[in-house]
Amino acid sequence: MSTPLLIAVLLALTAAAYVLGRRRSVAESGGVGGVRHLHSLPSYYGSYAALWCLIPALLVLAVWTAFQSTIVTELVVKQLPQDVQQLGADRLGLVLNDVRNLAGGNVVSREVTPELRAAADHLRSLERTSAAAMAVAVLSLGIIGGGLAWRQISPRLRARNRVEAIVSVLLITASTIAIFTTIGIVLSVLFESIRFFRSVPLTDFLFGLDWSPQMALRADQVGSSGAFGAVPLFAGTLLISGIAMLVAVPIGLMSAIYLSEYANREFRAVAKPVLEILAGIPTVVYGFFAALTVAPLVRDAGGFFGLDVASESALAAGLVMGIMIIPFVSSLSDDVINAVPQSMRDAAYALGATPSETVRQVILPAALPGIVGSILLAVSRAIGETMIVVMAAGLSAKLTANPLDSVTTVTVQIVTLLVGDQEFDSPKTLAAFALGLVLFVATLGLNVIALHVVRKYREQYE
Amino acid sequence: MSNGTPSSAGAPRRRVLDAVTGSLSRRYASERRFRLLGRIAVLSGLVFVGSLFLSIILNGYSGFFQTYVKLPVAFEQEALDPEGKRDRAALATADYGALVKKSLQAAFPDVSGRSELRELYGLVSSGAEYQLLDMVEADPSVIGTTRDVWLITSDDFDMVYKGRIDRDVPESDRRVSDRVLGWLDALEKQGAIETRFNWSFFTNGDSREPELAGIGGAVMGSFYTLLVCLVIAFPIGVAAAVYLEEFAPKNRLTDLIEVNINNLAAVPSIVFGLLGLAVLINFFGMPRSAPVVGGLVLALMVLPTIIIAGRASLKSVPPSIREAALGVGASKMQTVFHHVLPLAMPGMMTGMIIGMAHALGETAPLLMIGMVAFVVDVPRGFFDPSTLLPVQIYLWADSPERAFVEKTAAAIIVLLAFLITMNALAVFLRRRFERRW
Repeated sequence: MSTPLLIAVLLALTAAAYVLGRRRSVAESGGVGGVRHLHSLPSYYGSYAALWCLIPALLVLAVWTAFQSTIVTELVVKQLPQDVQQLGADRLGLVLNDVRNLAGGNVVSREVTPELRAAADHLRSLERTSAAAMAVAVLSLGIIGGGLAWRQISPRLRARNRVEAIVSVLLITASTIAIFTTIGIVLSVLFESIRFFRSVPLTDFLFGLDWSPQMALRADQVGSSGAFGAVPLFAGTLLISGIAMLVAVPIGLMSAIYLSEYANREFRAVAKPVLEILAGIPTVVYGFFAALTVAPLVRDAGGFFGLDVASESALAAGLVMGIMIIPFVSSLSDDVINAVPQSMRDAAYALGATPSETVRQVILPAALPGIVGSILLAVSRAIGETMIVVMAAGLSAKLTANPLDSVTTVTVQIVTLLVGDQEFDSPKTLAAFALGLVLFVATLGLNVIALHVVRKYREQYE
Repeated sequence: MSNGTPSSAGAPRRRVLDAVTGSLSRRYASERRFRLLGRIAVLSGLVFVGSLFLSIILNGYSGFFQTYVKLPVAFEQEALDPEGKRDRAALATADYGALVKKSLQAAFPDVSGRSELRELYGLVSSGAEYQLLDMVEADPSVIGTTRDVWLITSDDFDMVYKGRIDRDVPESDRRVSDRVLGWLDALEKQGAIETRFNWSFFTNGDSREPELAGIGGAVMGSFYTLLVCLVIAFPIGVAAAVYLEEFAPKNRLTDLIEVNINNLAAVPSIVFGLLGLAVLINFFGMPRSAPVVGGLVLALMVLPTIIIAGRASLKSVPPSIREAALGVGASKMQTVFHHVLPLAMPGMMTGMIIGMAHALGETAPLLMIGMVAFVVDVPRGFFDPSTLLPVQIYLWADSPERAFVEKTAAAIIVLLAFLITMNALAVFLRRRFERRW
């Protein structure tokens, strides 16, 4: 039985449990007239039976599907000939892939030996057994759970309280998923990073000036070690983010000031949503725009002034990233500027200040913590931005401050290292996780600082 | 400021007034400069929006069209079905490419020589033979006759006809030789070239040939992925928002959860991709490139957005509603689920649609979990290898063929159309159901 069908059958069982539970509660109370003798409304008795039918079965289903493929693979490996089992993890993975392809009726990359055929048959029979056993286990658990709950139903059963207890457990579980996601991110990135730092020392990674992660295919090849000094990546990331902030902060801040202090209502009603469109455009579109339109423009402009501009210049990527970030700066600053009370403006005007003097000497100082916070959030956004730099920035790790040169960033390297075929024990792949750890820590730190700045230095008005 | 009352210190006060009036022109000038700067900032933002859309639309509108060329094709009996049995299997394996080549040769009989012939054959797409196969399968009686068929042209030919390849560039710098241009002009004079709306762009899967590539597979992949994302993220998001806003006691755990959610909302999306790769694919052994994995990763990514929006909309339900429900004897749970949640639902739906729009446009985490594979087939389920609309855009943007530029931009137009629809729906929901208490 396929999983979607199984889930459909389980849902049908649940619905049946609801109807039966409800009916039993009415019958136990002595017909429709006796419903008032029940502790709870009849629908709660139905829900009680339905929840007991559904939840245990779903849990088993989830655990089973999560671990099925690992266990089946393990069993197939056990059955493979001894010499195949002795192979390294990567070679064994290739053999297993062939076994899977053979079982699925796909093209196989090697000669089909009897052992391979036997392993494929074994795999297929195991998968079939597992699917059947899962269906039996899930459905019988549903029936047993629903049945037990159904038998408990009597007018004195406190069904509402029990259902509400179950629901509140579900609610708590749902809200802890955020914690588990964070733990998952930290653990997955940290584990692989620790494996990486076993082969490459932490100081070499953080302070090394040479980044060339290309590992050789054979161990005895020249220059097979690769170099994992991440400083050029950090420098490139900072360069591109810096250019982006040079574009985004003045434009974003000035438009927020203009729209909230000067513009009339009609202009504001049009311009603000249009600027916010920029925030909704997918980053891959910006990447395409950068590579197709802005990069040639920058190169031609550079050529016009007699400058030598790389075709994947940091300037082009940074400009487009700046455009992307404008709405973050402008809408966050807009909020803080609007939060400055009108009485302060009125006081400044009453003293004879012009609007611009009011903005510069009263509003901006009052709104400064919020603006700084929004700029920090924008920086963390720029550092973590991926698609624009993947499509418009280069791959060569150069340590340069020249915006016309091509640089690479942390996110670009993560993508390059992890896209395509990978073996999971080479430092090349693990380096991506180490870079991910740096990225995670940096953005997290910026966010914490931003929130702290906003909270600590915010002036409380009224 | 100056009240005009005469006093003994008249001389210095007049000097203050003079200083004020004297500085006025300077202050007004700086006021005008500041206002101008603000106007420039807003205008440059608007110009950026405009140029972005303009660049995409100008590059992409022609991607929705495809050039066809009309050629007389002789469906020869001996080439297709020498035994005359009309056996479907035999018909499917016949060499339709040879038919296309023969009809091209017949149209330009004076072409000879290997390289010239190859150039001639390159006028028509490799998909043309499948067109002929489809014709024969639909109606075997065409065998033995000669029909005028509109065949799909190759990407280079298409590009020249649409004017995307500059004819004035010297031949050595051009992808297409003068010979091909001559053939094109000859065909055009005969009225044998036509541009049609490219419906197959919406139904085909990916292809190495730009003229055959379509976004059908990517749209289906995005659909399955978003469905998984929705089914996981919406119930969990609503449940978490309800718990945190309505039930959670003020304690360490709740604070921790709140801080976590706020921080997760700011974690770069690529980190979620790393999570998916390390946990879902390597630890749980889930298949690569499958919509179910993509949906899970995107669900974790948009969950904070949905929770934050959900809490905001729960917060906007006035306490009087809760008090009234509690007052007539509803339990806390009944109050929330029967009265507060229905009133907060439009706001939650709005937040969810915006979250889904965000997920639809996201690319970076999907690259991590292997959704960049070249997938020709349109996916049919949650476990089929598939590609997504933004990933398809990324893949095409990387392709060297000139014709993929317009396909990329056309795919972006489709993606933006989806996003605009979703956001318009969110705005509509907000306008329609928003209640001011």
